Amino acid sequence: MIYLDYNATTPTDPRVIKAMKEYFFEKFGNPSSIYEIARENRRDIEKAREKVADLIDANSDEIFFTSGGTESDNWAIKGVAFALKDKGNHIITSQIEHHAVLNTCKFLNKIGYEITYVPVDKYGVVDIDFIKKAIKKETILITIMHANNEIGTIQPIEEIAKIAKENNIYFHSDCVQTVGKIPISVKKLGVDMLSLSAHKFYGPKGVGAIYIRKGTKIETLIHGGEQEKGKRSGTYNVPGIIGLGKAAEIAKEEMEEEMKRVKYLRDKLEKGIIEKIPEIVINGHPENHLYNTLNLCVKYIEGESILLKLDFEKIYVSSGSACTSGSLEPSHVLLACGIPHEIAHGSLRFSLGKYNKEEDVDKVLEVLPKIVEELRKISPFWEKK
Amino acid sequence: MDYTEKVLEYFRNPKNMGRIENADGIGKVGNPICGDVMWIYIKVGKNEKGEEIVEDIKFETFGCAAAIATSSVITEIAKGKTLEEAEKISNKDVVEFLGGLPPIKKHCSLLAEEGLKSAIEDYRKRAKEKNEKL
Ligand SMILES: Cc1ncc(COP(=O)(O)O)c(C=O)c1O
Ligand SMILES: [Zn+2]
Repeated sequence: MIYLDYNATTPTDPRVIKAMKEYFFEKFGNPSSIYEIARENRRDIEKAREKVADLIDANSDEIFFTSGGTESDNWAIKGVAFALKDKGNHIITSQIEHHAVLNTCKFLNKIGYEITYVPVDKYGVVDIDFIKKAIKKETILITIMHANNEIGTIQPIEEIAKIAKENNIYFHSDCVQTVGKIPISVKKLGVDMLSLSAHKFYGPKGVGAIYIRKGTKIETLIHGGEQEKGKRSGTYNVPGIIGLGKAAEIAKEEMEEEMKRVKYLRDKLEKGIIEKIPEIVINGHPENHLYNTLNLCVKYIEGESILLKLDFEKIYVSSGSACTSGSLEPSHVLLACGIPHEIAHGSLRFSLGKYNKEEDVDKVLEVLPKIVEELRKISPFWEKK
Repeated sequence: MDYTEKVLEYFRNPKNMGRIENADGIGKVGNPICGDVMWIYIKVGKNEKGEEIVEDIKFETFGCAAAIATSSVITEIAKGKTLEEAEKISNKDVVEFLGGLPPIKKHCSLLAEEGLKSAIEDYRKRAKEKNEKL
């Protein structure tokens, strides 16, 4: 198997699994109890919290554990919207956010909030002037993702955070695709809130965290037994939290090496594909992108059929074509970048990671040109164009 | 619902792909904006009863696995049939043949039916024009 879909999810690092294991049986306690095994659980959770804080240069009392990126995004956006409803009802986001953000905004719009969706340029970079002009006295929150999960484009977060601060508006960033992949400092970025998710950096699925800068006014969404200082109830997912902590620790240690290694592989893949296959369109920003992500469109054929033919060869990638999205529309991200529908249907995303080797890239470069040729041979648009 | 084995098999090894030079009728259906486009080519001949039949049929398709599999299947069902029989082939026949399609893929299978009908229509139109000229 050649797995090239690390932006969708990553395998859990065996060291993470090892760290988690004890917490299912030997150390199974409920951290909210008062006897010793629970106290030990509490101490271990706090250690994990410190590791997560360390990874993003935050204080550990600003980290709250959640069920993942989706919950963190929901909490940041709804939490601020509810807390500041007397101040205003306007939220600014971008057209290329993850659905965890877009659908949360859509919900808020349904109950009376006004949402501005900032457009992006052809590389997927948000229009800063548009943000400046969109700000009004009712604006309570700006939420812009750090790196886009489909095309990998990295946004000028520091600049946007500065604008938010100058206007006294909270700023949240969905950093699910960057935390664990590139160095992050909440202080340098200037964010008030940040979402992260363990399964995107070799941690387990179903656990994540949100950074909430001290003093931020935010409403609680999940009420119950008052865990997480009463801000997020629910019995602690102890193995998950331990796994997140371990993943954060490993990421911090190994990030620098990984960045170089994976960047080399991704760039080799890009270069090879351009050399071997005519009429390829590369999506996303040419430099300012996640070093592991390669998104491209193969003209005259459709993404799902390429994806399935790669699947037959046990090569796993993803596509933003309509036929894979469950709707008739291709990826909202590619459309927002101004890519025409018929080209967007031919999109492929390769996202690489820790367990990829150079042979994987070589194999794709051997197999993909043949697949493209086969499909183009039966396409009515090839040759006759 | 996922693709059935049969859909994957037809997608993997489609029959009757390509173009017929000097086709008697061509049906061009679908829209690249929606993601699937199908061109069906037919060559019309006669059976021993003198009825017009689909003597040869080929397709070119831009689209997903469902679109490619249904293209292949409709050409196989139609081949050798009289034009009247061929016109009656519906997307339901195609979907049944494949053991079902995921619900969101039904629109892709409609194209196969439309493509074949449109190729036959094109043939009839051309035949009529030829007759009028004579
Ligand atoms: C940018 C982005 N935000 C949010 C999420 C959702 O995270 P999770 O899967 O942890 O809910 C994802 C993952 O698909 C993502 O890529
Ligand atoms: Zn389709």
